Amino acid sequence: MSAVLELSGLTKAYPGVIANDDVSLTIQPGEVHALLGENGAGKSTLVKMIYGLVKPDAGRMIFLGQEFAPAEPRAARAAGVAMVFQHFSLFEALDVAENIALGMEHPPNMRDLAARITEVSQAYGLPLDPSRLVGDLSAGERQRVEIIRCLLQNPKLLIMDEPTSVLTPQEVGILFQTLEKLRSEGTSILYISHKLEEIRRLCDAATILRLGKNVGTCDPKVETARAMAEMMVGATLHVPERKPHERTQVALELRGLSLAAPSAFGTSLKEVSLNVHRGEILGIGGVAGNGQDELTAALSGEMPVAAGQLWFEGQDIGALGPNERRALGLLAAPEERLGHAAAPDMSLTENAVLTATTRKSLTRKGFVNWRAAEGYTKEVIAQFDVRTPGPHTAARALSGGNLQKYVIGREILQDPDVLVVNQPTWGVDAAAAAAIRQALLDLAAGGAAIIVISQDLDELMEISDRFAALNEGRLTPPVPASGLSVEKIGLMMGGAHDLEPVHV
Amino acid sequence: MITLEKRPEPSRFWSWATPVLAVLLTMVAGGAMFAALGKDPVEAIRTIFWDPLFGEFAFYYRGQLLVKAGPLILIAIGLSMGFRAGIWNIGAEGQYIIGAICGAALGLAFYPFDSFIVFPLMVLAGALGGFLWAMIPGILRVKFNTNEILVSLLLVYVAEFILASMALGALKNPDGAGFPGSRNFRSYPSGFNEEIIAGTGLHWGVVAAFIAVIFAYVLFARHQMGFQIKLAGQAPRAARFGGVNPSRLILFCLGMSGALAGLAGLFEVSGPAGQVSIDFNVGYGFTAIIVAFLGRLHPVGILLAGLLLALTYIGGEAAQSSLGLPAAAIQAFQGMLLFFLLAVDVLTNFRFRFGKREVV
Amino acid sequence: MDLSSINPILLVASLMVAATPIILAAIGELIVEKSGVLNLGVEGMMIVGAICGFAIAVQTGSPFVGFVAAAFGGAVLSLLFGILTQYFLSNQVATGLGLTLFGLGLSSLMGQGYIGIRPPATPRLEIPVLSDIPVLGPVLFNHDLMVYVALGLVVATWAVLKFTRAGLILRAVGENHDAAHALGYKVVRVRLMAITFGGACAGLGGAYLSLVRVPQWTEGMTAGAGWIALAIVVFGAWRPFRVLLGAYLFGGVTVLQLNLQAAGVAIPVEYLSMSPYLITIAVLVIMSSGKAKAALSAPACLGKIFHASS
Repeated sequence: MSAVLELSGLTKAYPGVIANDDVSLTIQPGEVHALLGENGAGKSTLVKMIYGLVKPDAGRMIFLGQEFAPAEPRAARAAGVAMVFQHFSLFEALDVAENIALGMEHPPNMRDLAARITEVSQAYGLPLDPSRLVGDLSAGERQRVEIIRCLLQNPKLLIMDEPTSVLTPQEVGILFQTLEKLRSEGTSILYISHKLEEIRRLCDAATILRLGKNVGTCDPKVETARAMAEMMVGATLHVPERKPHERTQVALELRGLSLAAPSAFGTSLKEVSLNVHRGEILGIGGVAGNGQDELTAALSGEMPVAAGQLWFEGQDIGALGPNERRALGLLAAPEERLGHAAAPDMSLTENAVLTATTRKSLTRKGFVNWRAAEGYTKEVIAQFDVRTPGPHTAARALSGGNLQKYVIGREILQDPDVLVVNQPTWGVDAAAAAAIRQALLDLAAGGAAIIVISQDLDELMEISDRFAALNEGRLTPPVPASGLSVEKIGLMMGGAHDLEPVHV
Repeated sequence: MITLEKRPEPSRFWSWATPVLAVLLTMVAGGAMFAALGKDPVEAIRTIFWDPLFGEFAFYYRGQLLVKAGPLILIAIGLSMGFRAGIWNIGAEGQYIIGAICGAALGLAFYPFDSFIVFPLMVLAGALGGFLWAMIPGILRVKFNTNEILVSLLLVYVAEFILASMALGALKNPDGAGFPGSRNFRSYPSGFNEEIIAGTGLHWGVVAAFIAVIFAYVLFARHQMGFQIKLAGQAPRAARFGGVNPSRLILFCLGMSGALAGLAGLFEVSGPAGQVSIDFNVGYGFTAIIVAFLGRLHPVGILLAGLLLALTYIGGEAAQSSLGLPAAAIQAFQGMLLFFLLAVDVLTNFRFRFGKREVV
Repeated sequence: MDLSSINPILLVASLMVAATPIILAAIGELIVEKSGVLNLGVEGMMIVGAICGFAIAVQTGSPFVGFVAAAFGGAVLSLLFGILTQYFLSNQVATGLGLTLFGLGLSSLMGQGYIGIRPPATPRLEIPVLSDIPVLGPVLFNHDLMVYVALGLVVATWAVLKFTRAGLILRAVGENHDAAHALGYKVVRVRLMAITFGGACAGLGGAYLSLVRVPQWTEGMTAGAGWIALAIVVFGAWRPFRVLLGAYLFGGVTVLQLNLQAAGVAIPVEYLSMSPYLITIAVLVIMSSGKAKAALSAPACLGKIFHASS
């Protein structure tokens, strides 16, 4: 049996980085092949070349025995390559059928297409209503739209980029059954992930990328997760250590917080109640788009909250703005680094003024003390090992990991009483992620109360004392994190929603 | 193949060099336009840019330079605050007209009362008029989320009709033998915006423009409000996270630019123009948009850009009389300048890469 | 004053004429905005169209050739905007303003020799039989071709956006340019085509002013029509038939106030003349205050700069 896809010596350089350096790999028919690597290892660039979005500088691809050089995604699709994107390539204001038609070369008329969508989605256990607006769908449902769009074209090779990052554990199980069914029908799958356990469960072969280079191929069912992790990271991982610490009095409390969705496709918060004690980390899990951004905004003060719903050390602070909350000791770090937690085109010093003005007295009578701001920036850079030419560098020039260390460091060094962080290690390399988690643990040990909102369950299990989950704007009651089973966590996150396992 | 590549950081060099490059490119393209109109391009460019400063009649034109640059700078400084924050007040012309009407009306109401207090009161009334006119799009934006671009612009037409009505009606000179237009401030010293140093063109409006430049410089460089303005323009979400109140910012920026435009109108109508007439406004409110961009929204840049655009006005008039160049050619020339500036601006944030990218 | 001098049939008929330039410009801008581009240069493209159409019609003696030239002139000017915003990634608001300022200057320059001339008359169709129907005849079936072209354009735009793949791609590009790019659609090419179409429509609208509605050339004769067209796109919530409605509303106000002026109503002329602008503002306020709805109908990428980083 000849290979479905053979890549040899693929190289792609961007100014300053070599994204892919002489990468080769082979995918067999009916094989689920894992592409494994850290953030920034070059996985995305590699699949973009296969999908025709990026042209390689050197190397060749052979697809189904033929020389393959797609000039654009259309050509790749026509040849039999389909891709499910990590950040979905969907249009919120269009309906499901229109979204699917846009991903097809020769879509049938809308009525026939709608019928086929219903049919295929039932067959693969991914029910979808073709007439719904995509903007109203959950993250899991949106992924189904992408998958159905691919399946309708009978691809020979299906590329999936981090597909489980938006799913509950139960939904992951169902997705895997769908993929098993596809495999049994002879479709090959290129499965991109950095989650080792999933890859061991699902994949037949794994190619590991590190800094753009292929550092090895292995059989994930045989290899241990630890060995693969070390191949991926290239060093032994530092596991954050938890110092024993005590939780004391309640620092922040939400009493039935309800908040209307701020935008057309946002999530409204419904009766969210929680409390967080000094010295503890409360982890809040959940699939993206279930109210994480809204909860962060309600806590940071970007969205005002009705009276009586938000209490800080016994004081009702719902009406206070971000800076008044900062003055009290409630700080936050939103998910989106560029454009929300930091202004991309501004220097690190200016970005220090963004949040540290109040607590670090960076202004006097309304005038900014730039020297003090620069001093504080240097302190953050030094203490949090931010790799940058200096405080005058623009935020957008930093790598994801370094900017995230800067953002978290900027808040931690202001000595918060309560810190709210949303996705503290999203898109960050393993070393920086470990450093950030350690810093959060140390902050809690020092007596601060911390709320960590994250979609990375491993992360939450590693650092939280208690765990709660957001599902469609509702929060489950927090439970102790130690000894929590994956099934229990999945159910808290909403279980499989309306999904049913595929009947093979 | 040429591709654009985003720079990791905005280039400091190009942010200063692009306006100069744009001016040079405009001279080349403008020269071509003049040639197409049958004029000698070199002579036309020399007449516009050189003669008013160093030519035979420079003594006259140099004075005009400040007269024209004053209102342009004053308005553009106001606009730059909003533009930096992503708040697009493009109706400065209307605020300019209303400021002029309010200030002039107050002055004319005092006529012939003679006191040093009249002119300062007129200045206040002018600023207030422009401020209130700009508050209309401001409040509509804050309360109803109405697009301030369209409202501020549509209000220019409304202001022009009000001006016509005033010049022909309420403010018409009672001793004017039925001619349209108000009483001339030259015949009412208490309300006249006089030249401070004879022959220089320096009147109180120019002084106000210089003060505005310094004020804006300090605001942007050192004050928290200036920081918030810049932040809101570059990253609105980050601004909210940083505690910026968007409504307050919108009202501040629109109010400031309205007040400054109103001031410019008042200084013009009570000085160089002399009276409220149906067409005393000559489009400074629109040209100031070009000044603001050409000056890269920076106070010092605006100062230089204002002087340059004033030069094109004066040089244009000179070319009109000596070469017969149509007045509209200068307007097209100014528009071209903005185009070239926007085009070369790409160099600040991107660099060009030449050569092959495709290896297939 | 004598209100009885206002003939309601003529009023409605002239309303359709008054609305036509706005319909043309607004429907073009609707397509541009649906593709995710905000072109504030409508006023500039209209006035360049007005002079191009006027000059060529006078030179050739054919209003038809004039309209073709106007569409061409508007399209060429809009391409300037397209190249700056799509290739040089300039700010769309600033570039659109620049286009208007430049267009106003350029048109006065081009129109030097044409002031005070009358253009060749654009014939009315006077559709046989239909135009003889009482009331409806003069109102609906006794206009020049461009009135029907404008109406046809509205229907065509609606149909293309709703039923065709081209329309779907256009909407997709305006909703999410990154996703459209990831699927392999040429964002820049789609937008350039939309911008050119918008420019041609604005040019036609301008020429309708100078060749039919006024008909003569004066500097700055569009008098804000382009801005009103922009406002009407917002009023119409980016839907063709609501844009038509908005244009008729505006046309109605314009014609009514002109009639009132002629009838000698005791309101000063200036205040009647400013009423269309005030009503446009009022309508904008009403439309934008229903927050969520307006936000839903505006294309999500409107005015955002697209740069494919990969």
